[in-house]
Amino acid sequence: MAVDAERGGTVGAMEITSSMSGIVARVLVEPGTPVQAGDTVVVLESMKMEIAVVAEQGGVVKEVRVHEGDFVEEGAPLVVLDAHRAES
Amino acid sequence: MPYFHKVLVANRGEIARRVIRTCRRLGIRAVAVYSEADRALPFVREADEAVLIGPPPAAQSYMAIEKILDAAEATGAEAIHPGYGFLAENPAFARRCAERGLVFIGPRPEVIEAMGSKLAARQLMQRAGVPVIPGWDEPLPTLAEAQRVAAALGYPLLLKASAGGGGIGMHLVSSSEELGRAFDSARERAQRYFGDGTLYFERLVPGARHIEVQVARDGQGTGVHFFERECSIQRRHQKVIEETPSPFLDAERRAALCDAALRGAEAIDYTDVGTIEFVFDQAGQFYFLEMNTRLQVEHPITEETTGIDLVELQLRIAAGLPLGLAQGGIRQEGHAIECRVYAEDPQTFLPSPGTITRLELPEGARYEFGYEEGNTVTPYYDPLIGKVITRGATRSEAIERMIEVLRGMRIEGIKTNLPLLLAICQDTSFQFGRYDTTFLSRPRSGQ
Repeated sequence: MAVDAERGGTVGAMEITSSMSGIVARVLVEPGTPVQAGDTVVVLESMKMEIAVVAEQGGVVKEVRVHEGDFVEEGAPLVVLDAHRAES
Repeated sequence: MPYFHKVLVANRGEIARRVIRTCRRLGIRAVAVYSEADRALPFVREADEAVLIGPPPAAQSYMAIEKILDAAEATGAEAIHPGYGFLAENPAFARRCAERGLVFIGPRPEVIEAMGSKLAARQLMQRAGVPVIPGWDEPLPTLAEAQRVAAALGYPLLLKASAGGGGIGMHLVSSSEELGRAFDSARERAQRYFGDGTLYFERLVPGARHIEVQVARDGQGTGVHFFERECSIQRRHQKVIEETPSPFLDAERRAALCDAALRGAEAIDYTDVGTIEFVFDQAGQFYFLEMNTRLQVEHPITEETTGIDLVELQLRIAAGLPLGLAQGGIRQEGHAIECRVYAEDPQTFLPSPGTITRLELPEGARYEFGYEEGNTVTPYYDPLIGKVITRGATRSEAIERMIEVLRGMRIEGIKTNLPLLLAICQDTSFQFGRYDTTFLSRPRSGQ
């Protein structure tokens, strides 16, 4: 997951990217959906395997870049979050 | 006299090529069916005829029963070879073949059905005197009932889907809390993937080895075995390397195992080639795991050491002819190993579809590949792109040859597990034959 420090302060836009090449099987969020760290946002399917793509940080979904049935490459952006500041 | 004049191969990739090859050798015309994703693959070109049956998703192509039957009718095929996966163990497909006057190259639908229900298979094998893994032979209807049964059996347990198999739909649970977390999702997944949410328990066999026996029985009731295949090198419960003979079996255990497999096949009046999978515990006791009522991915190692063409045997049995083999005439010579080449990341095991820009297979091995240079591996089907099989007079000779060809192989454009295959073959424990199903989840020597 890549962090895009577009904004400072308490929130930043964060891209959740695809961990493998495959087909988008299910999109579980839409713009405005609040998510917590660990929530599944997209389920990818490739070669009979399903992989859940999870948010590593909590936030609010700003943009969904894919549709069910789309083919995505490894590393492709799937969802953009307005992330809460990382707890660390 | 050929067994059939024309056979339709209801599969794709390497196994479609494999079946087509034997058909052509025997003078049988082979019909391929293919999806839009597979137009450029060699199996389409190598068949005598090829019929486009639908878009890439398997549900609309390789699993579309009526489309395949229509293709058989349109081309005048008399029999259908299902390969493995897709419709190979689908009793409804076998029934529909018969209803449309086609020979399904496989066992009777009732047998496929009985072995497809892992619970029913356990019960049948127990009755035939074949040992099964201790467990609970009733479906688990609710979480409360499952927790009660689990407390009586003792943890850890494997929560398994009756309609699953091959390690799919299986959860290891070590406590009542873990069972509580796993139960509903396991049932939901079993329902979604297999159309049957029935769950049952099996005791976990720690440090287990997977060893299977190749059998064949004809319609006249003659049955033979072709010895065992050792399949303990697995990732995510899927086989990666297989070999025969198994380095773990002495003559006595081998005889007992092969005998149990034959007894099991006889008990269900099996007809076709088939494979009975067993697990061995660390004390050397073996238990029935499941039966695969079809040709197995790793069948070539048996062919390499016995000289038998198992696809020809399937055609022969399906044509109603006797096996023409007696147990005493079946001998195993030398040692054979198969490595499965998967389009996946060798570290994470995640799938890696893409275009194969370079594919070089050095001499010195038997290759069963579904793809050629320039072909695209799509995300629609399983990650197996091919198999490498080497043989030798001894186990170490077969391993040495495997190392040599793996070193010379070049596959570019996609990630493959070649580095992992090579690392396993060079691993000291593997070379000494000391391994079990946990091998790939442990740190390896020589790395």
